[in-house]
Amino acid sequence: MERQLIPLVKVPLAGRGSVGSLCAKSHTRRRLQDLGFVPNTEVEVLHKSPAGNPAAYGLRGTVIALRDDEAGQIMVFYAF
Amino acid sequence: MPFERLTIALAGNPNTGKSTVFNSLTGLKQHTGNWPGKTVVFAQGTYRWRETTHYLIDLPGTYSLYTNSSDEEIARQYISSGQADVTVIVADATSLERNLNLTLQVLGLTGKVVVCVNLMDEARRKGIQVDLPKLSAELGVPVVGTNARNGDGLEALREAIWEVATGTVKTSPREVTRPATLSLSLDDEAASDCRVEGLVTAAQHIAAKVVTWPKERADRQDRKIDSILLSRFYGLPIMLLLLGAIFWLTIVGANYPGEVLAGFFASLEGRLNAALVVLGAPLWLQGILITGVYRTMTTVVAVMLPPMAIFFPLFTLLEDLGYLPRIAFNLDHFFRRAGAHGKQALTMCMGFGCNAAGVIACRIIDSPREKLIAILTNNFVPCNGRFPILIVVASIFMVGTNGGFGSFLATLSVLGMVVVGVLLTLFISKMLSLTLLKGLPSSFMLELPPYRQPELGRILVRSFIDRTLFVLSRAVIVAAPAGVVLWLMGNITLGDSSLLTLSASFLDPLGRLMGLDGFILLAFLLGLPANEIVIPILIMGYLRTTAMLELDSLESLRQLFIANGWTTITAVCTMLFALCHWPCGTTLLTAKKETQSFKWTALAFFIPTMTGVALCTLVAQGARLIGFLWR
Repeated sequence: MERQLIPLVKVPLAGRGSVGSLCAKSHTRRRLQDLGFVPNTEVEVLHKSPAGNPAAYGLRGTVIALRDDEAGQIMVFYAF
Repeated sequence: MPFERLTIALAGNPNTGKSTVFNSLTGLKQHTGNWPGKTVVFAQGTYRWRETTHYLIDLPGTYSLYTNSSDEEIARQYISSGQADVTVIVADATSLERNLNLTLQVLGLTGKVVVCVNLMDEARRKGIQVDLPKLSAELGVPVVGTNARNGDGLEALREAIWEVATGTVKTSPREVTRPATLSLSLDDEAASDCRVEGLVTAAQHIAAKVVTWPKERADRQDRKIDSILLSRFYGLPIMLLLLGAIFWLTIVGANYPGEVLAGFFASLEGRLNAALVVLGAPLWLQGILITGVYRTMTTVVAVMLPPMAIFFPLFTLLEDLGYLPRIAFNLDHFFRRAGAHGKQALTMCMGFGCNAAGVIACRIIDSPREKLIAILTNNFVPCNGRFPILIVVASIFMVGTNGGFGSFLATLSVLGMVVVGVLLTLFISKMLSLTLLKGLPSSFMLELPPYRQPELGRILVRSFIDRTLFVLSRAVIVAAPAGVVLWLMGNITLGDSSLLTLSASFLDPLGRLMGLDGFILLAFLLGLPANEIVIPILIMGYLRTTAMLELDSLESLRQLFIANGWTTITAVCTMLFALCHWPCGTTLLTAKKETQSFKWTALAFFIPTMTGVALCTLVAQGARLIGFLWR
């Protein structure tokens, strides 16, 4: 088991990770934080949409859909 | 009591049942300027408690107060202005941790707060326990648990609000980051991070103390449903099937009550006419009142009421279940490719209810470019004023001729029109983002709320009052003067023919080019104030030129249309034109208000109109060409 810091978008379906840091800037950063994406938060990849993008992520008892662009700006620790 | 009137602000995250709390507290004593159901501008209402009038303001649902979207600014300004005696924060018991972020932000602005933990029954069903007294101790303000949908806990909520407002109960809000230090500027990222993370972490700690989670995951059922409804293979087909089922039920179900209503109004007309004769009313007055006002108004009711009374509850049911965000999720890919915002799928869905409401809903889109795209293209989905046009035309031309198979065909053709509308929305959005509104799509974040058990009774009542009666009364109000205009146009003659016939024959060449006729075009023009009156106007127009005794069934309606030269192509073109032509007056005014620009309002008028003219012409001339070659 090796824990690596990778973008959330790279975590496979049903995989779980823990938020490490955000690369997003300004408004996007603030929105993500308000939705609960802050360091040490557990995130699970729950669903992919029919086209694969966006995907739905579970955190803090809620389900948030993000486009790959946004999910690519969230770095999570993921155990391979 | 010294308190004659108390002002209460209602804040909270989206999807917490905030609107339900608002509705349950105020009952029917509310007035909204916008489309009821979803809060986009302030909804206001009153209720009495302890002989005091409580004036309730429903603030926009937001996740935060500090991310600079217009909704958040409205909410923040209102809460910090001190206009409210109490701010009630509605929180979702099933996702308390996330909800506490906003709660802590509000506590930084005002101490006069009551926290309403709603959806307690959903939480219990999922095995989630919330320790309310402990939460109250942690926050330093009263906490009340409610199930707003069946009224549980509302008395306690009213009492808590009253106690805090009057100072009977003193609050000692938890010390949190004050707004002065919670900087609005995003320049200093590190400092801002620190503060936001501080709040989120504080929320996490409080939630850890007061919420007990079940051993198994609480949302297992939701994930199971979502794994089907959002899946690659079933997601889109199920969406189409659901919409199709709604249309089918509407088409099949609306037929019979429509005939009963029409028969009833026809028999009443005879008596009213007799009464007028007895009263000695002159012939022209009888004409204006009966043939003009009464007939137009009753046709509106008979044609519009049955489909609306079936369609709206069904649509509200989908909305209540939490399916609309799933539609946005499934369709986002296409909107992203069109250079548009993912939430445009939501504003589009709102457009199915009412385009003016859809345009207002575009406020949820932060980026000005994508907001404009959403506003300009909202009219491409049929609103409930135009659905009946589609449904009536489809019913007449598909059901009548094809027996039992007909209602299936009619459903398919209405569904087909909706799909065409969605495709046009995407196509025009793409065109706009390539030309007038160049740019890259901005970020998209959307919550997929838990599925909720719908309350059927509440859905029936609310969809009937908020939507059916709202739309119907608007239609009837417009229909009365339109009936007068129509009667005058039909009875003022220039030379040999009436103004109505003259206008129709003036429009006829253009109409023919588009596969329509002069009367259809005239009906759409006169229907500018409200699309609901298009079909009634059309019927009136045809009745002026065709001798017709009684119009009591779809079959006689079909005969009337056929006698006026309708073919299947006419039906298709009429449905297409109903789908794309100028937005109704209300929608245009709303677009003007939202864009603050004459130019964009003009475009909101011309884009769908030109699209409709082009499409109809293409279909009509294409069909003519094919017919010519066939021979």
